[in-house]
Amino acid sequence: MIKFVNVTKRYPETGDVLRNVSFHLQRGEIAFLTGHSGAGKSTLLRLIAAMERCSRGQIVLDEQELCHVKESQLPFIRRKMGFIYQDYKLLQDRTVFDNVALPLVIAGFGHHEIARRVRAALDKVSLSGKEKKYPLALSGGEQQRVGIARAVVNKPPIIIADEPTGNLDPELSEEIMFLFGQFQQVGVTVLIASHDISLITQLNHRVLKLDHGQLVSS
Amino acid sequence: MKRVNKNRIRKDPPVRPVRQDTRQTKTAGGNFVDKLNAYRDLHAHALFSSLGRLIASPFTSIMTIAVLAIAISLASGFYILVVNLQQLTGNLETSNQISLFLRDDVSDAHANKLAGSIRQNASVQDVKLITREQALAEFKTYSGFGGAINALEKNPLPIVIQVLPKNTLEDKQGLENLLKSFQQSPEVDIAQMDLQWVERLQSIMAVARLFATLLNVMLGGAVLFIIGNTIRLELHNRRDEVVIAKLVGATNAFIQRPFLYTGFWIGLISGVSAWFIVTTLMLILRKPVEKLSGLYEGGFHLLFLSFTETLSLIGISSGLGVLGSWVILIYQLQHTKPE
Repeated sequence: MIKFVNVTKRYPETGDVLRNVSFHLQRGEIAFLTGHSGAGKSTLLRLIAAMERCSRGQIVLDEQELCHVKESQLPFIRRKMGFIYQDYKLLQDRTVFDNVALPLVIAGFGHHEIARRVRAALDKVSLSGKEKKYPLALSGGEQQRVGIARAVVNKPPIIIADEPTGNLDPELSEEIMFLFGQFQQVGVTVLIASHDISLITQLNHRVLKLDHGQLVSS
Repeated sequence: MKRVNKNRIRKDPPVRPVRQDTRQTKTAGGNFVDKLNAYRDLHAHALFSSLGRLIASPFTSIMTIAVLAIAISLASGFYILVVNLQQLTGNLETSNQISLFLRDDVSDAHANKLAGSIRQNASVQDVKLITREQALAEFKTYSGFGGAINALEKNPLPIVIQVLPKNTLEDKQGLENLLKSFQQSPEVDIAQMDLQWVERLQSIMAVARLFATLLNVMLGGAVLFIIGNTIRLELHNRRDEVVIAKLVGATNAFIQRPFLYTGFWIGLISGVSAWFIVTTLMLILRKPVEKLSGLYEGGFHLLFLSFTETLSLIGISSGLGVLGSWVILIYQLQHTKPE
């Protein structure tokens, strides 16, 4: 589902941030991406999100080559992925419903279908009944779950999470990880960037470890 | 989006009928009609939410629109000025009349005789004599300087003979020969071909027209830049929203849409305001202008912006609004990348 073949990313200012990274995540696989800060985690995620192009190598996402694809194709590739962020990236001036509905509105769904799917997604993250609330009225854990609902509402085959538990206490983190496990079970590929060692060791998932831009274990 | 979706929640029953559910799962994004409706809803939403945003920050909106309205009304003001002047020269165009201003010492009787002899000329169609008294009376009636004229001891106006050449003398050479023959007669102080005036006026008009066109192009450019800058600021203020929309797969067309509608509204409202400004100015000018026109025997009526001209004014300003936004969006969206 996510395939990196000898991917190198070079910035003119800092040199190689990723060097010859290769790995392959199968459909329905869940993996942690870890490493010290500056190891290249964010760059790797940005490459998957197609916010950056790789300098060398090949990235294949759901049979779609990413490094040389036309700019106009990128939005459609991004719709195959759900992104979850440490800072949630919610729109503060929109309700929970509108935040979760955004990917569906963008994809051009009719409003009946949008309402149905948003409710289903909110139900999945146990936020039913909070549709009309604004993000600021919710706790951190709830906001993160809104972010997760937004990431999965479009039923993407891939979920990318960047430090999803960074701002949450262990109990909430466990809850979030449980959710990811559920998505994995329905065939979604999940990649979680994290340096929460206790969480990683506790769950027996595959770990991709980056060190100075190189993949040292996978 | 807020209000629309709230309504959607309220309208929808909590459980959809089963039949409809199965129908909608057949295709990924619902059926074709649903998609079409969704597309229409997106446009309608962008149209009204952008207007809502303008109203939500009235001070900024009014400032921008005021500047634009003044620029647009300057442009259309110059346009309507030229149209009115053109109407003036248009009236004069057919006249190739020659005016003979007689010397002060020529008496009315002598002038009458001269007019009679000119009438005999084969190339003259008509002759009209304006005596000093007639000229004075006319001037008093129309100029508003009656009192001042009364204070003069002597009538300062000369006798004028207006000669209308035959139409056969269309060519310039013939007219000029006729003019020369009049100039040589001792009674005539100045012989002047009105056509010369018309020609001069027409070339002045051509310059004025060109000037107005150049000015309008410049003001149009200013409108583009002002709208572009307004949209750039708006884009800057809503950067988070743009970035998040990009991350969840929004195309540039989707992101641009509300901003293009903002540009459209700004252009439209500025255009309508400019129309009000120009029309108000012209209503103020109408009376004095028509009084002035009386001095020229009333052939002149102030032209206002016609229906088509009003439509084009509003159309062009809305168009400039969309264009200005579009240009800046193309440039800015390429440079808006999430961290």
